[in-house]
Amino acid sequence: MSNRVIGQNGPVALTFHTLLTVFILAPLIVVILVSLSDKGYISMPFDGASLRWYREILRAPELLSAFLLSIRLGIASATLASAVAMPAALAIARYRFVGRDGLMAFFMSPMMIPHVVLGIAFLRFFSIMAWTGSFAALVLVHMLIVTPFSLRLTLAAVIGLDRSAEHAARSLGASRFVAFRRTLLPLILPGVAGGWVLAFIQSFDDVTMTIFVATPSTTTLPVALYNRITQSSDPITTSVSTVMIIGAIFFMFSLDRMVGLNNVLIGKRTG
Amino acid sequence: MTRSDFGQNSVPWLLSMPAFALFLGLLAVPMALTAVLSFNAFDGMRGIQPGFSLTNYVAILSDGYYYELFLRTGTMAFGVTIICIIIGVPETLILARMRPAWQGTFFVVILGPLLISVVVRTLGWQILLSREGPVNSILIRLHLVDHPIQLLFSMAGVIIVLTHVLLPFMIIAVWSALQRLDTQVSHAARSLGAGALTTFGRITLPQLMPGILSGAIIVFTLSASAFATPAIIGGRRVKVVTTAIYDEFLNSMNWPLGAAIAVLLLLGIVFVVVGSNQLTERKFKQVFA
Repeated sequence: MSNRVIGQNGPVALTFHTLLTVFILAPLIVVILVSLSDKGYISMPFDGASLRWYREILRAPELLSAFLLSIRLGIASATLASAVAMPAALAIARYRFVGRDGLMAFFMSPMMIPHVVLGIAFLRFFSIMAWTGSFAALVLVHMLIVTPFSLRLTLAAVIGLDRSAEHAARSLGASRFVAFRRTLLPLILPGVAGGWVLAFIQSFDDVTMTIFVATPSTTTLPVALYNRITQSSDPITTSVSTVMIIGAIFFMFSLDRMVGLNNVLIGKRTG
Repeated sequence: MTRSDFGQNSVPWLLSMPAFALFLGLLAVPMALTAVLSFNAFDGMRGIQPGFSLTNYVAILSDGYYYELFLRTGTMAFGVTIICIIIGVPETLILARMRPAWQGTFFVVILGPLLISVVVRTLGWQILLSREGPVNSILIRLHLVDHPIQLLFSMAGVIIVLTHVLLPFMIIAVWSALQRLDTQVSHAARSLGAGALTTFGRITLPQLMPGILSGAIIVFTLSASAFATPAIIGGRRVKVVTTAIYDEFLNSMNWPLGAAIAVLLLLGIVFVVVGSNQLTERKFKQVFA
């Protein structure tokens, strides 16, 4: 896009932009600052900083187990979601068939339905099926809510693909499966991997749906954090949050390396 | 249809089958069960009563409390949407004018928080907005207020935090529209003597309108369905539809009533999305036809 049409940013625009940047970063910075305080209550670290609240995390077994559960849940649901999203993406990108648009809308629908509504639907379903407290059941419902993210990125990779390598492999006698594994898969792998990371993050961050189906043995980190925040004002919530912010920054950079952050967050338009 | 047509058609269905089975079993079935649940009666002593009854819907529609609840949620979502438009549109235009290096940096700053759990972002705001928190001390130091103002557990607080959480979605939507902008038309307008403001109002803004409206729909629906932010920042004093559903399910244990509120929330959101889609389609046919 040409810069000349809209011109340069003037002082008013830059002031506005600076204030907005402060607005966006302020809550994250304040969480990191409070986590470094040495006081037993929520306070700034300017008159006494320590890593006390990070050591406290190691002494809070329920937070550690929630963290490990969230990691296992994220890995399992993102992996399974990628596994079902990849063939579905091939079907939607490569075939014109009756019900294609409906199927796509169905696969994207967990993004439209309020997570509170999904949460109560799963709570009811779990109580009927006697699945309450089951880790496998939690993986399945997380898989459901993260599949749209995995599907969207995989689809973008398949649609943007040059098929000549695959055609060459087929005409040189490779079977459908070999052609897929040796030519198509390596080409769409960055998209699939990006979809996996985004799916992992969505699973790891979800609180609204999970809070309905979490039990003491299946409490995820955001749910444990939510419970702490609503029940007490304990600075340990800020040190846990800081660890989560650092984790998110790490994933942000890995996503940027794999598929480009713009593509993930803005999303390529898909047909 | 010949047999080979059928063979062709079965491949995409086979490929989609694992995902389709998952969605059928874990989305369609639980959602249908919730709809059924909303038509069950509830008895404090005996629990959920099977059988069809409209008790819950009658209870909701005949009680002013629920009208107020839905109205409050709608007002909140509308307020967040308007503020996101007012802040998001100029910021997107500012981003578009930046040099690529700065643009990349500020994209990460503005969109990156989407990857951080909403509980973490809300916790930061809980600290910022508290009575002795940084926002109040700055306001007092600037002599804008004499006493700390109540921002936590207030509607204003919830709207501020939801704006922070959802602003990236507005910027993404406006940015996508900006990428499709036909700069030739703006050039033409300027070279024909239109001022910068006229060009923006008559040429650029109408072209951005579809993006602004799709961003508005996203922000509105996500505000109306937000849970963690109103629960933490609003608490019991600013009850919205989602926190009411949570209370019915996990405190009062009246699941059928909670399910009925949830069905109404979902219908309300579908109504707003479909309604505004139709409205915008009609409008843009007039503009671009």
